[in-house]
Amino acid sequence: MVSPDPADIRFDLRIISSMIDPGTRVLDLGCGNGDLLAWLAVGKNVIGTGIEQDKEKAAHCISRGLSVLQGDLNEEVEDYPDCSFDYVILSQTLQQVFEPARLLHSLARIGRKVIVSFPNFSHYSIRLQLLCKGCAPKNDQLPYSWYDSPNIRVITLKDFRKFSRDVGYNILKEITIKTDPTSNEGSIIRFFPDIRSTYGIYIIEKIRK
Amino acid sequence: MNDTVTSRDSSVGIVEKKYYSFAEPPDTLTLESGAHLGPVTIAYETYGTLNEQKDNCILLTHAFSGDSHAAGFYASDRDGDKPGWWDFLVGPGKGIDTDRYFVICPNILGSCMGSTGPSSINPETDKPYGLDFPMMTIGDMVVTQKALIDHLGITRLLAVIGGSVGGMQVLEWCVRFPQMVRAAVPIATTMRHSALAIAFNEIARQSIMADPNWAQGNYYGGQKPDMGLSVARMVGHVTYLSDEALRRKFGRKLQDKEHFSFGFGGDFQVESYLRHQGSKFVSRFDANSVLYITKAADYFDVVDKMSKPAPIAGAEEQNKIKYLVVSYSSDWLYPTYQAKELVQTLKRCGQNVSFCEIEADCGHDAFLIPDQRFTTLIRGFLDGIS
Repeated sequence: MVSPDPADIRFDLRIISSMIDPGTRVLDLGCGNGDLLAWLAVGKNVIGTGIEQDKEKAAHCISRGLSVLQGDLNEEVEDYPDCSFDYVILSQTLQQVFEPARLLHSLARIGRKVIVSFPNFSHYSIRLQLLCKGCAPKNDQLPYSWYDSPNIRVITLKDFRKFSRDVGYNILKEITIKTDPTSNEGSIIRFFPDIRSTYGIYIIEKIRK
Repeated sequence: MNDTVTSRDSSVGIVEKKYYSFAEPPDTLTLESGAHLGPVTIAYETYGTLNEQKDNCILLTHAFSGDSHAAGFYASDRDGDKPGWWDFLVGPGKGIDTDRYFVICPNILGSCMGSTGPSSINPETDKPYGLDFPMMTIGDMVVTQKALIDHLGITRLLAVIGGSVGGMQVLEWCVRFPQMVRAAVPIATTMRHSALAIAFNEIARQSIMADPNWAQGNYYGGQKPDMGLSVARMVGHVTYLSDEALRRKFGRKLQDKEHFSFGFGGDFQVESYLRHQGSKFVSRFDANSVLYITKAADYFDVVDKMSKPAPIAGAEEQNKIKYLVVSYSSDWLYPTYQAKELVQTLKRCGQNVSFCEIEADCGHDAFLIPDQRFTTLIRGFLDGIS
């Protein structure tokens, strides 16, 4: 049996989980230790698959009973037939993707709906740091220095909304959240999300012509 | 990282080699080539207990030169004798837990470790078959394993697990008897041999056949082609290791000397090691079995059969085979790209597949070397087959 540890799942993953219908087929890209997949398998009875680059993490997922492929997500997504999944999840990874438009195109091909989450670069703490200190900003969600950051893209909520439209996706749902880095808790931000939320979570779907 | 517990305390204990014979006259077994063979004996060992529902059975398929002795000790073993070849993985509380699972390990058809092969007696001549033994395939090996499983009254295997040529048998099980396989773990294997793999096998075969003692395979009772078989093993053994492993183990170190001898007696440690491996092999393995089994591995090709798309339907999800494909980073006989081709094929036909490359410098043979990561992976995967 899959062994979840529900108490440990992060707030943003709980929000993503709430967007997913029970019994569906889900692909989690960059699934890490498999917390979300394990949670979905037990709580929502989904048929889940994960892709994880890190060998130790992938092995950990498999030994939890999850179906996980160790490999590069940009390559691994190419092999699936069209509409293999009901949901494809790209959680906190978009900012590290070299060719986001190409990847989103693949994801929308293999999945009916794509769930994307990323740290919001227009959060007030980031705006203030750049304005007052003049340094490349760091915060709890983006803790790296410019020279060691895996995050090669800086994305704001506004940027993503525009990008989605431009490359041909409908945003079906947007949930903006603030997370507490010291715990797994958080809250949904309804007012001034562009400034106040630390993460944006989107469900998008290809505009079919 | 390494867990080298092979003491008798943690082992499955004393085990016994058993035999199952079928295709007795007037029946014969029709092989893939159309040839007939009979009677057929399969040597096998079992560990653990079959439960009442008969649904806790795991089949282990061994590699080219392996045997049915996957775990434990024989009553006849003396102190210092090694346990079965997967003793670190198979036993009470181990990765393949014999307190929970009923484990069967058959010796392959064509081998010389108890199952029918070229060194067995041909009932028509009352002499060893030699080259009269019909050419058999990996598929034929699996058909004889299926006969054994049927005989034991088991209708579905919880898992089929094997490395190298054993991994080929795992894949063959999945294409021939998919309804009998709940989960499959092909390790350090391929859907078909590359030219490189065929090339090394051909060198091994030519080396045996070039030995004058081979005598067209008709050497039983006389001088055996020991030199040819020994060189064949030396070549094979190099393909099971890796550049890193050889560098780490031997480098350019000399054997029992300080200076070159300027001769061909063997100066380097690696030379002496290979000679030792060669002569050790000669004492336990039959040269004709090497010819037959390497040829079966070269003929093996399940690319088309694995590519046939299976229908994807929600109701069938529970009946799908759950695959775990494992490769090793330094395996140059069946490199990771070949495991990835298998994974790709399975993904394209909507199969449930997990894949992990394990970082190890020991080459192809890494799956036979105790490694806690591998044990944890297998244990957890088996737990997850609900």
